[in-house]
Amino acid sequence: MNTVVLLKRVPDLVEDLEVDSSGTALDSEHLKLTLNEFDDHALEQALLLKEGGGGEVTAVALDSEDVDKMLFTALAKGADRALKITGTGAVNGTSELAEVFAQALGSVNYDLVLTGVQASDDIDGQLAPTVAAKLSVPCIEVITGVEAGDGSVTVHKEYAGGVLAEFEMTLPGVLGIQAAAQSPRYAPVSKVRQIQDSATLDEVAGAGGDNGKFSIVVMTPPETGEGAQMLESVEELIAVLDSKGVI
Amino acid sequence: MSQDVLVVAEHGQGKFDDITFEMLGAGKALAAQTGGACVVALIGGSDLASQLGAADKVVTVDGEGLENFNPESHSAALAAIVESTSPRVVMIGYTSMGMDLASALSVKADMALAASCLEVQAGDTVTAVSQLYGGKLNVKTDLGAGPCVVSMLAGSSPADAGKGDGAPATETVAAPATDGKVRFVRLIEPEAGDVDITAQDILVAIGRGIGTKDDIEVAEELAEELDAAIAASRPIVDSGWLPKNRQVGKSGVKVTPKVYIALGISGAPEHIEGMKGAATIIAINTDKNAPIFNVAHYGMVEDLFDVCEELTEELQDR
Amino acid sequence: MTERYNLTVNTGREKDQSFVEKESAVIEGIDVSGRWNRMFVPREIQDYDLTNMHKLTAIPGAESMGWCYQCAQCMPACPVDTAGGDYGPRKIFRRLELGMDLLDSRDLWLCTTCANCLRVCPKEVDMIKIMPVARAAAVLEGNVPAELLEMFQNVAEYGNPMGQSARKRAAWIRKSDAEIRVLPKDPGPVDVLWFVGDFYAYHGRGVDAANAMARVFNALDVDFGVLGADERTDGDSQRLAGEPGLYEELAEHNIEQFKQHEHERIVVSGPHAYNAIKNEYPAMGGEFEVEHYTQFLADQIDELKPLLTGSFGNRKVTFHDPCYLGRHNGEYDAPRDLLEAVPDLDLIEMYRCKEQGYCCGGGGGGMWLDGFAAEQQSERLSENRVKEAVMVGADVLAVCCPYEVSRFEDAVKSTNNDGKLEVLDIIEILDQCMGA
Ligand SMILES: Cc1cc2nc3c(=O)[nH]c(=O)nc-3n(C[C@H](O)[C@H](O)[C@H](O)COP(=O)(O)OP(=O)(O)OC[C@H]3O[C@@H](n4cnc5c(N)ncnc54)[C@H](O)[C@@H]3O)c2cc1C
Ligand code: SF4
Ligand code: SF4
Repeated sequence: MNTVVLLKRVPDLVEDLEVDSSGTALDSEHLKLTLNEFDDHALEQALLLKEGGGGEVTAVALDSEDVDKMLFTALAKGADRALKITGTGAVNGTSELAEVFAQALGSVNYDLVLTGVQASDDIDGQLAPTVAAKLSVPCIEVITGVEAGDGSVTVHKEYAGGVLAEFEMTLPGVLGIQAAAQSPRYAPVSKVRQIQDSATLDEVAGAGGDNGKFSIVVMTPPETGEGAQMLESVEELIAVLDSKGVI
Repeated sequence: MSQDVLVVAEHGQGKFDDITFEMLGAGKALAAQTGGACVVALIGGSDLASQLGAADKVVTVDGEGLENFNPESHSAALAAIVESTSPRVVMIGYTSMGMDLASALSVKADMALAASCLEVQAGDTVTAVSQLYGGKLNVKTDLGAGPCVVSMLAGSSPADAGKGDGAPATETVAAPATDGKVRFVRLIEPEAGDVDITAQDILVAIGRGIGTKDDIEVAEELAEELDAAIAASRPIVDSGWLPKNRQVGKSGVKVTPKVYIALGISGAPEHIEGMKGAATIIAINTDKNAPIFNVAHYGMVEDLFDVCEELTEELQDR
Repeated sequence: MTERYNLTVNTGREKDQSFVEKESAVIEGIDVSGRWNRMFVPREIQDYDLTNMHKLTAIPGAESMGWCYQCAQCMPACPVDTAGGDYGPRKIFRRLELGMDLLDSRDLWLCTTCANCLRVCPKEVDMIKIMPVARAAAVLEGNVPAELLEMFQNVAEYGNPMGQSARKRAAWIRKSDAEIRVLPKDPGPVDVLWFVGDFYAYHGRGVDAANAMARVFNALDVDFGVLGADERTDGDSQRLAGEPGLYEELAEHNIEQFKQHEHERIVVSGPHAYNAIKNEYPAMGGEFEVEHYTQFLADQIDELKPLLTGSFGNRKVTFHDPCYLGRHNGEYDAPRDLLEAVPDLDLIEMYRCKEQGYCCGGGGGGMWLDGFAAEQQSERLSENRVKEAVMVGADVLAVCCPYEVSRFEDAVKSTNNDGKLEVLDIIEILDQCMGA
């Protein structure tokens, strides 16, 4: 089974995010990008499938800051091939990104496409179902378990409260991975450096075009004061719990 | 395109999830802005329609393979309802099921989409506020005049507003055929006792302030009322009062619940490393200078036992 | 003419025993023919499958593991064994004989590289060399405890083990009441390039010590600067924990920074950075004059003393020798000189001090194996140490390694010694007694 993993770089939430003077975009000066944590799980799941039953794993990403290192890391972890989509410039939202990925997948031979269940900057929806809809293949989101079958996969989808639903999906198809069967492996730096010297990244020119159907009006940090807001009574505490929708 | 708001009901195992009523409440408010009706799409489980009294109309699709959620057939059914009702705004939960439906609908019906929404407004255009970047930024988007899809965060509006006694008109749409590429097999209930604190929405975390093993009961009672799991700082696990998989922190697990209630935890950096990602942190500690208050969003300088007991009682009375 | 005897060994099993004897032999006129000169051919007592032993000792750097002759000198020296870890080089050797694969064993991760066994080992079985290379092999195979792996990931991504923003490394400086020159913003030659370190920059209690250091430097009119956000973790713990590639990346980065700013010497807050810069960076092309802060300040004790106008209230203070300042680098006096210079400070020694100092458990990556080690031992090394400090009657446990304040403060709580023992960095004691 050949698996393609779509990797996306997202703003690193360890850093403070600042909005630029337009009020509608992140200030790129202090922006640090990092691999979407769920995509890392998708890659791990792909590698586990390969180790369990063979096939090739191809990691695909859009050209962006530090993307080479990320793709070499994927190779060091065990991916067979890394594909970098170049020349698209900034991509506006999930829908446009999915279009670019869908186009690029035209040149790749795959059975299964894996990507993270969501990303912290998914303004207009999740990548997995959007790509699947554009490719007209089936998709299931929030996957915590994948088993390869003959021309199909059996998967576990997670609902609230830890209930799982088991599905069978005919391939080709797309899965949005919530968690791989084990936590993503670590690629020792010496190995990444070695791969960097010996392996090459494949490149393909991106095609897609702007089809974002939304525009950003404004980005604002939610209102929070400095330090904790002190509560004086259990009534106030209940009001807080209520406002968070947990009671 | 009509001016209607279509709320996609979510249900499982014979009952509606809270998000359905939350969206129904929000959907009615939105329909008041558009001047249209608030219509509920009920896929599978039409026998539940009587609980949707607050809706103006309920459109159901029933048929084989729709009893249990199935991304493929439910997507197709939703597309059929959207086609027949042609709403201006479709509201879907930002949930496990909703994630399968919203993006697929947006692509197939060529509708704009805003995900992870806290609120939606309609005037000449529809605007939505999405909670993104791990809660660090709210992003307001303009989705154009419509039609559009919004996926709503659980807890973004009160469920009470979506409950009512009316008897809405019911309409039925035929279930469309699908390719059967996705097949539901079964539901698997989580094994009892096997709590994964990294996957919980609410955690009640206890620290050394709890004092003795027997007193953990007080926190457990609160956790039960809140439908929460119990987590702990390392000393509690070290003492063998709770298993290792409940330990939050540097040498434990990292958790990101919606609400983290820290009871008698001082807030050592090693502990904070594990829970700073929680969306809301509430700390209860007798020491007003405890460092936990530096990371908490809400704090209470009180004896944890007093707070726990009072809160548990209040919750029981509700 | 070798014959075979059948001997019954005390296991009840029959064993072959070969011997040789000369039919006729006369030595100095005495006839020792036949059985009188019989010599047994050394009996094969190693019926062991030594594959895993050889696999380990074939790794360059790990050869000395095979030299152990089971004398057991190391056993009472090993702090992990003392803390109930069932551990030590002798035990590791024996388990290797019995077929253990060290690369896939809990034994690979318990050593703190404290070097106490090496101090006593007649055969120079060198865990300080064995552990990093064996661990590196295991890391390549993907055998790493989760806690440690997370640390590697944090360091690779952010340059610090806490996984905090690299930019925020300088955040404490903005809030400090001391005058601190941040070299990337305010370049120019300085006498001292102060390598602040992760714990001083990011850990709450470390920041207290960092501020104390800056105030003491100010009081002494030290001409110093820091790298601010351009500093990265020194890499020694990553190297010892089995991530040499990461270590090299960090060392290359820091060396480049050191070369960019003209300075007379580097002063470090911690023994691990000291060890890295002094003993490891030269091989990476970074030769620098480096001093631990206690050494730097002890050299100026005459200027320092008049500033120590406060009183330490006759509190009893005991000092914990950090392995990487003491045993690894031979410095036992500088910290003690500083403590002795503090007015009304009663310095007492623990039983295990100086060359025989007991390890806190944080070295060699132990700082990021806390949960793992705690499950394998009956207590943490830091807990064992705190109990000793209490036992000798100390009010204060003085330290000069940034890992230790957090480790020991935590151990004070977990051994229920809250309120009995205070943990302070030496720099905090000096700062407190500077009156101000
Ligand atoms: C290498 C290392 C790894 C570590 N890993 C972890 C880890 O993974 N997770 C972790 O949690 N810790 C970890 N620690 C330990 C950490 O440093 C702290 O010691 C620990 O978190 C303290 O736990 P605590 O807050 O429960 O206890 P304490 O610090 O003793 O705090 C108890 C708090 O309870 C309050 N209190 C007391 N009575 C009451 C009452 N009746 N009502 C309300 N409040 C009350 C007190 O004011 C105090 O603030 C680690 C330490 C090290 C050195
Ligand atoms: S270096 Fe220290 S911890 Fe490691 S085996 Fe030797 S004595 Fe034990
Ligand atoms: S001291 Fe050296 S030779 Fe003796 S048992 Fe220990 S490791 Fe072996």
